[in-house]
Amino acid sequence: MKCIKLNAWKRKSKLTLQVLILSAFSTVAYSETFKVLQKDKAFDKETLQVKVGDTVHFENADPFFHNVFSLSDAKFFDLGSFPKGESRPVIFDKAGTVEVECAIHPNMKMVIEVK
Amino acid sequence: MKIKAVAGTLIGALLAFNSVSYAKQYHEMTFKAGHESLQEWLLPDTPPYPKNNKPTKERVELGKVLFFDPRIGGDGNMSCATCHNPLLGWSDALPTAKGFKSQVLGRATPVVTNTAYNSIQMWDGRKKSLEDQAVGPMEASVEMQTNFTELLNLINHTDAYKDAFEAAYPGEGISKDTIAKAIASFERTIISNNSPFDRWVKGDKKALTQQEVEGFKLFVNPDKGNCAVCHSAPNFTDDGFHNIGLPTWGDKNPDMGRYTERPLRLMKGAFKTPTLRDITLSAPYFHDGSSTTLEEVMDHYAAGGKVKTNLSPNMKQLNLTDKEKAAIVAFMKKLTTPPKKFELPLLPM
Ligand code: HEC
Ligand code: HEC
Ligand SMILES: [Cu+2]
Repeated sequence: MKCIKLNAWKRKSKLTLQVLILSAFSTVAYSETFKVLQKDKAFDKETLQVKVGDTVHFENADPFFHNVFSLSDAKFFDLGSFPKGESRPVIFDKAGTVEVECAIHPNMKMVIEVK
Repeated sequence: MKIKAVAGTLIGALLAFNSVSYAKQYHEMTFKAGHESLQEWLLPDTPPYPKNNKPTKERVELGKVLFFDPRIGGDGNMSCATCHNPLLGWSDALPTAKGFKSQVLGRATPVVTNTAYNSIQMWDGRKKSLEDQAVGPMEASVEMQTNFTELLNLINHTDAYKDAFEAAYPGEGISKDTIAKAIASFERTIISNNSPFDRWVKGDKKALTQQEVEGFKLFVNPDKGNCAVCHSAPNFTDDGFHNIGLPTWGDKNPDMGRYTERPLRLMKGAFKTPTLRDITLSAPYFHDGSSTTLEEVMDHYAAGGKVKTNLSPNMKQLNLTDKEKAAIVAFMKKLTTPPKKFELPLLPM
């Protein structure tokens, strides 16, 4: 893990100072982590605001399987299906509106605004 | 006095909280007639409807006439009721439907019973509301192949029809839109909510036998039947999509089901969970008509499905004795509402 990070820094150091500061700003200093629960066949939030670079952990709190996916342009992902107690992270790396759903239960929907 | 009142409101608040916000799990349920923990299995008295289509007597009556009018079909001999036949549990007793000129279609005719309570329609969920759904089969060339110009012509030249539209939708005119709204209003009256199971949940101890109650327990128990994860309260459906490993999923070019609507791997071969209310009236079962009896259905689940590629993770081989399987089947047979008198309309001429 450390090695990879160092390499990344080395590569980045070749870029201009401006870019370096920008990337440090957005990925290291300010990125946050959020948690969204899937409970009683619903996401526990209808909307969530995050910043570019933030991570959202989707956790299943129901005694059966859920899925999480989005076909939105700002973030396209499919987390497959996972049981109670498990969670999967998604990093939102582009600004925009992301509609998040569960494919198994189409009534489960939420919107993540990435700023 | 005061304390009592406070306790009263507290209990009231708790009850309200429980009944709306979360589904009871097996260990929280007490399997006694009328028990509070079972009340979420009762359907609301009236199903939901869209704001612009409140069911009225006139709308329901017009919808009923349209539902049974065979002149709607392109050949003038097929109505909604040809396939959704009330004499056959609002289905057709065929493994898969027969459409225009009897061509065999790929999927079974689902019952219309209690679809009003569901938030998504069709085996693959391609329609949202009953209004959305209603003109679909008319427009489909393989189903009714309705000629809308001729149909609107017929309605406009039949006084009784014209009057019925004006009474049901004053000023809204005669169109695909009002046809769909009327049919949807009628469908919202096709309801099964008075089965022996419902009566038992309401407190009638004699409505179910010991074996049938045992069957319900096994149906819910995640370590036994595990049926209620998908066939959940109150309409025995989660409005969800699952691949349950039916034999036809092994075909060379199988029906992809929900995948055509949501191109996600999990949805390959997944179909909508149907209600189990009135289930004794609508054999054969499954979207491919592959089970002829409830006993066969039970064997399918006991084996954890047949074709197991991309199987729902909620499916597993079940640990059930023959006696337990028989109990679950006996329970399902108590989900049927005794038939009520149903009057067929005279069609406007
Ligand atoms: C040729 C037979 C046939 C005719 C005629 C027909 N249907 Fe259907 N109906 C089907 C089949 C088959 C499906 C399932 C199709 C699918 O999911 O792909 C279906 C699905 C439905 C559903 C969805 C039920 C659910 O649980 O998802 C409703 C509601 C419905 N039909 C109402 C109607 C109405 C109203 C008419 C008349 C305008 C009509 N049908 C005419 C065969 C028929
Ligand atoms: C993983 C979710 C799931 C589980 C678990 C499940 N079902 Fe189903 N059930 C479905 C789906 C989805 C269908 C429709 C499948 C199809 O036709 O492709 C269905 C169909 C049925 C049908 C046929 C309904 C009809 O109108 O054709 C019956 C009966 C039934 N299930 C009973 C049961 C019983 C009993 C159990 C427990 C032993 C059970 N189910 C467990 C999802 C499930
Ligand atoms: Cu889900």
